[in-house]
Amino acid sequence: MTWIIWLLPLPPLLAFFLIVLFTNKNKALSHSLGVGAAGLSWLGSMVVFLKAIGTEEFGKHVFESVYNWLPTGETWLQIGVRIDPLGAVTLFFVAWTIFMIFLYSVGYQNYGQPQGDHDRPGLPPHGATVTEHGHQHTVPSVEPMYSRFFAFLGLFAFGMYTLVVSNNLLTMFVGWEIMGLCSYLLIGFWYGKPSARNAAIKAFMTTRVGDVFMLLGIAFLYSATGTLTFSEIFTEEMLHHLAGISTPILGLSGAGLIGLLLFIGTVGKSAQWPLHVWLPDAMEGPTPVSAMIHAATMVSAGVYAVIRMFPLLSLDPATMSIVAFIGAFTALFAATIAVAQNDIKRVLAYSTISQLGYMIAALGIGAYVAAAFHLITHAFFKALLFLGSGSVIHGMEHGVLHTGNHSVDPQNMFNMGGLRKKMPITFWTFLIGGLALSGFPVLTAGFWSKDEILADAFGHGHWAVFVTLAVAAFFTAFYTMRQITLTFLGKARTKEAEHAQETPWTMTLPLVVLAVFAVTYGWVGIPEHFPGLGGLAPNWFHEFVGSTLTEHPEAVEFSWIPLTTSLFVALGGLLLGWLVYRKVESPKQDFMQIPVLKNKWYFDEAYDFLFVKPAYWIAEKFTCLFMDRTVIDGFLHAVARFSLFLGHAFRNYFDKPVVNQLIGDGTGNLVKASGRGLRKIQSGRVQYYMLASMVVLVIFAVLYFFLIGGM
Amino acid sequence: MEFILDHILTLILFFPVLAAVVVLLLPKDNLKAIRWTALGMSIVPFLLSIYLWTQFQAGQAGFQFEEQYTWYAMLNSTFHVGVDGLSLTMVLLTALLTPVALLASFSVADRVKAYMFLFLLLETGMLGVFMALDLLIFFVFWEVGLVPMYFLINQWGSEKGERELWKGVKIQARNYASLKFIIYTMAGSLGLLLAIQLLGVLFKTYDLPTLTAQWTALTEGTILNVPVATVKAVAFWAFVVAFAVKVPVWPFHTWLPDAHTEAPTAGSMILAGVLLKLGAYGFLRLVLPLYPAESAKYAGALAFLAVMAIVFGAFASYGQKDFKRLVAYSSVNHMGFVLLGIAAAAKASGTLDATIALNGAVLQMFNHGLSAAGMFFLVGVLYERTHTRNLDDFGGLFPLVPVYGGILIFTSMASLGLPGLNGFVSEFLVVRGSWPILTVYTAIAMIGLLFTGAYILKGIKQVLHGPLNEHWAKGEHKLTEINLREIVVMAPLMALILVIGVYPAWILDVINKAMMMLFH
Repeated sequence: MTWIIWLLPLPPLLAFFLIVLFTNKNKALSHSLGVGAAGLSWLGSMVVFLKAIGTEEFGKHVFESVYNWLPTGETWLQIGVRIDPLGAVTLFFVAWTIFMIFLYSVGYQNYGQPQGDHDRPGLPPHGATVTEHGHQHTVPSVEPMYSRFFAFLGLFAFGMYTLVVSNNLLTMFVGWEIMGLCSYLLIGFWYGKPSARNAAIKAFMTTRVGDVFMLLGIAFLYSATGTLTFSEIFTEEMLHHLAGISTPILGLSGAGLIGLLLFIGTVGKSAQWPLHVWLPDAMEGPTPVSAMIHAATMVSAGVYAVIRMFPLLSLDPATMSIVAFIGAFTALFAATIAVAQNDIKRVLAYSTISQLGYMIAALGIGAYVAAAFHLITHAFFKALLFLGSGSVIHGMEHGVLHTGNHSVDPQNMFNMGGLRKKMPITFWTFLIGGLALSGFPVLTAGFWSKDEILADAFGHGHWAVFVTLAVAAFFTAFYTMRQITLTFLGKARTKEAEHAQETPWTMTLPLVVLAVFAVTYGWVGIPEHFPGLGGLAPNWFHEFVGSTLTEHPEAVEFSWIPLTTSLFVALGGLLLGWLVYRKVESPKQDFMQIPVLKNKWYFDEAYDFLFVKPAYWIAEKFTCLFMDRTVIDGFLHAVARFSLFLGHAFRNYFDKPVVNQLIGDGTGNLVKASGRGLRKIQSGRVQYYMLASMVVLVIFAVLYFFLIGGM
Repeated sequence: MEFILDHILTLILFFPVLAAVVVLLLPKDNLKAIRWTALGMSIVPFLLSIYLWTQFQAGQAGFQFEEQYTWYAMLNSTFHVGVDGLSLTMVLLTALLTPVALLASFSVADRVKAYMFLFLLLETGMLGVFMALDLLIFFVFWEVGLVPMYFLINQWGSEKGERELWKGVKIQARNYASLKFIIYTMAGSLGLLLAIQLLGVLFKTYDLPTLTAQWTALTEGTILNVPVATVKAVAFWAFVVAFAVKVPVWPFHTWLPDAHTEAPTAGSMILAGVLLKLGAYGFLRLVLPLYPAESAKYAGALAFLAVMAIVFGAFASYGQKDFKRLVAYSSVNHMGFVLLGIAAAAKASGTLDATIALNGAVLQMFNHGLSAAGMFFLVGVLYERTHTRNLDDFGGLFPLVPVYGGILIFTSMASLGLPGLNGFVSEFLVVRGSWPILTVYTAIAMIGLLFTGAYILKGIKQVLHGPLNEHWAKGEHKLTEINLREIVVMAPLMALILVIGVYPAWILDVINKAMMMLFH
């Protein structure tokens, strides 16, 4: 069994290498490889999933296999694969969404359309002029980097599969970071646009802030336990040992601090406040990427990671409080921004942040199963919504090409309206997704998972979390209906919307498939005591996923209060959204265009001022110019200058005057001068010699007489 | 075959000299013959070192393939060479990077013969340092390597650019850089020479294994009327400064961006790829074994310097406008991790954490050799075509050079430490090993790790992404794609980057065993 699990991530990776190295010139071959690989991994995942749910007491008999990877001293760091109940359900939704996104991309990137007139790699396709029946018109053109897109998607899928099948934190982190790279490459797919380029860097850097903390957490955990394998960490003695370590930070235990460090990684990856800023900008990428990042993979990966680490996190109540606070705050905070956005994808982006906050909050209050449940239902309906919005944009772009008025933004919801008739499949599927997101009672999957979170918060007395999440749920329903109303209902507000067109089957089929799950997936987790429906079928999800933990979590008792709250906020929000926006024609009539919400509470500006600008200053002015060039090099140059000065001084004040002139020249001069002086004596005249002899004789005689003889 | 095995180290060591002599005898106008001879003959040491790798017994303690010849009998200095897992890794790196760099140098057209001659001598100098088991021989090779590099920078370095020393005094940039490089390194090694002489005088030998045992055993008494502890502390710092300049450790690093930036492409590759490793190797081969007590005592100071290098190396790199200088500063950042690992090991020698940190440090040396050489080469490829290194002059080049772009992103990611590629494994091990020993320093180092991402992405952003700079799109300036020779240069580096990233055990096993035996 485990050999299939080892192989699961490989087909997309292989597709990546094959496309990059060999088939990048051939579009058909490239997408066949990509979709085929995704299909293969999907097939393998389904086999594993079916096998898993067919296994008795699967929580105790998980699929696991390990391999010695890194020699460390006398021992090895092992890596391996593991599918347990949590892994199995995650694998299920990951496989489905990834496969659907691959298929969707074929249509979204305009396969089969002609080459664009002025298209160039790095910019979105601008359309091609074709002559039909004697008159010219513009049609969508194929993406110039079509093959590359599938290569990147493949690498992305590899990262996600790696993360899901990992039995240890290290390979999980590998998958995590590879996805980070891919999101960078894919958000910046149209790298010729400065906005896309900057968004890509912002995404990478913001998530990297979380990642470095996570790396520390992994290092801490590894040094404290000597292993990174989940099954070895989550044993009673190991957890006890971790809880017993004390740390100087916030009074947390070792387990708490490790949990917190790992959680900061999730804050980055799952775009939680305060590291949420990258996600809305990530909308610069092509739409399948948004779905890939926001639903199927990257952001889910963050939540998946904390769910994985739950046994560790739950050891320290302080860490749990922090997690619950950040989750609940993010859920509400992002929802308030979503109501003021006009870009169809940005609404969904903030909605994603908000929904992820739900899951994090659920985890923070100990609702392990509910968090996992919402993770999965959300993945389905959010992937559906993103792909649906891509379909809408695609249809609108068709209209834009038809009218030729490129000043119309095909993503602005105020340019839409009445699309339900033009794009019926997109409309109905989007509606299902939207209702699921709002938690429309009983029918949709979103209701069941959201309700379970609220019930848990209520049942365990987390009042603050409960109220916050309920208010956020109200906002969610409101902005969802605002979006649906503005986009699909009413009449077309622009000519472009009138000429919008339904998208090809490669795009609508994934919508339908995902819509099915957005409804049905909720039914596997109906609480046992739910009035009327409870008990018809066992709460399979709770039983199955709950068995991942050594201590099976108790199902929360049924209460009418959270249920009525849940019904009220969902239906109330939807109704209000429809009432308000069915008449709205332009942003001017929209009372939600509040500057502080529209500008996302000014977080971008604040971060720019607090972090980005100072970092630039430190890098350019302080480090390079001041520290290295002025201080260190200045010191070196001063030494050089001093040496030069010494050299000069030696030369000018010692070598030249003393050595050269005094000693060197001096000796010569002295000899010369004495020679010159003595020459005069040697005149050759005997009389002088005579005289000189006499004088010397007299002097010596006198000296002798006085000095020696006189004694 | 037996002869080869018995003399394999001297063969690897002196074959480049033979190659240099052969190159010298070739007619100077036959560039093709000179280039291919140099390249062909430089592959021989590489093949021999692969053979050496296969024959090496990783589990065996001590040095292997030792050779010892009389050299300077009066001083009791012998020509003693040998390898263990540490030096073997470095020998392999050197022997690999030299042919790669020579192939990269095929575009050099000026005084090719002298260039190749110096390059081959340089290889012997570097290999000698890694193999030497006699301190005097070590020092000789240490200095031998400087001379060819000085001339390579001074004569074949970039022609443009000036550097203002102080008001009114400017000198040509490559002159400045080469002078700074050689004087700095030589000044740094003066103390080393004195300290080596001291050891030689004390123990009447320069043989490293003998010295290590005797010198570490000496803990009491006086030397020349000075307490042993003081002498050791002074000698320790003399060693440290010499190697710190070479690594380079902050704040001794400012020669590096100048030398790397001005050196010819292949020169930068070797400079970053191997020469910096000499310093780190010195720490591991001499400082830690000879001064275990002092190393433990001053580990905090070393860690501080390492973290400064990591953090400010990253910041400085981020602040550059010159692509090559950006890559140059990245070496300061990456080598900082090597020193952090060494500092951790110095503080808690013999523990599992220390072994992991050392594994990381040595693997990081090897990894940085691959990725830095690759990055410098890619900068050189671009420079040869555009004659500019200013990041603001590029922009949006990806559509023009997709293959080059792909290779650049790949290599950049290795440098960034992306999991799945080699840099991650070593950085992870260093962080893991240092965390329990030097917790605060490791935590601060994360700022550097964060900014590693920033400067790498800045490079990609400015060169490949963004709106296309039309200047390079057509006409005489049209940027041409990376050619086959250049791809062949990158291929072995990229292959190793990926292989080590996915399956590091083949090399780490050798390193791990060596580190356990060396610092048990």
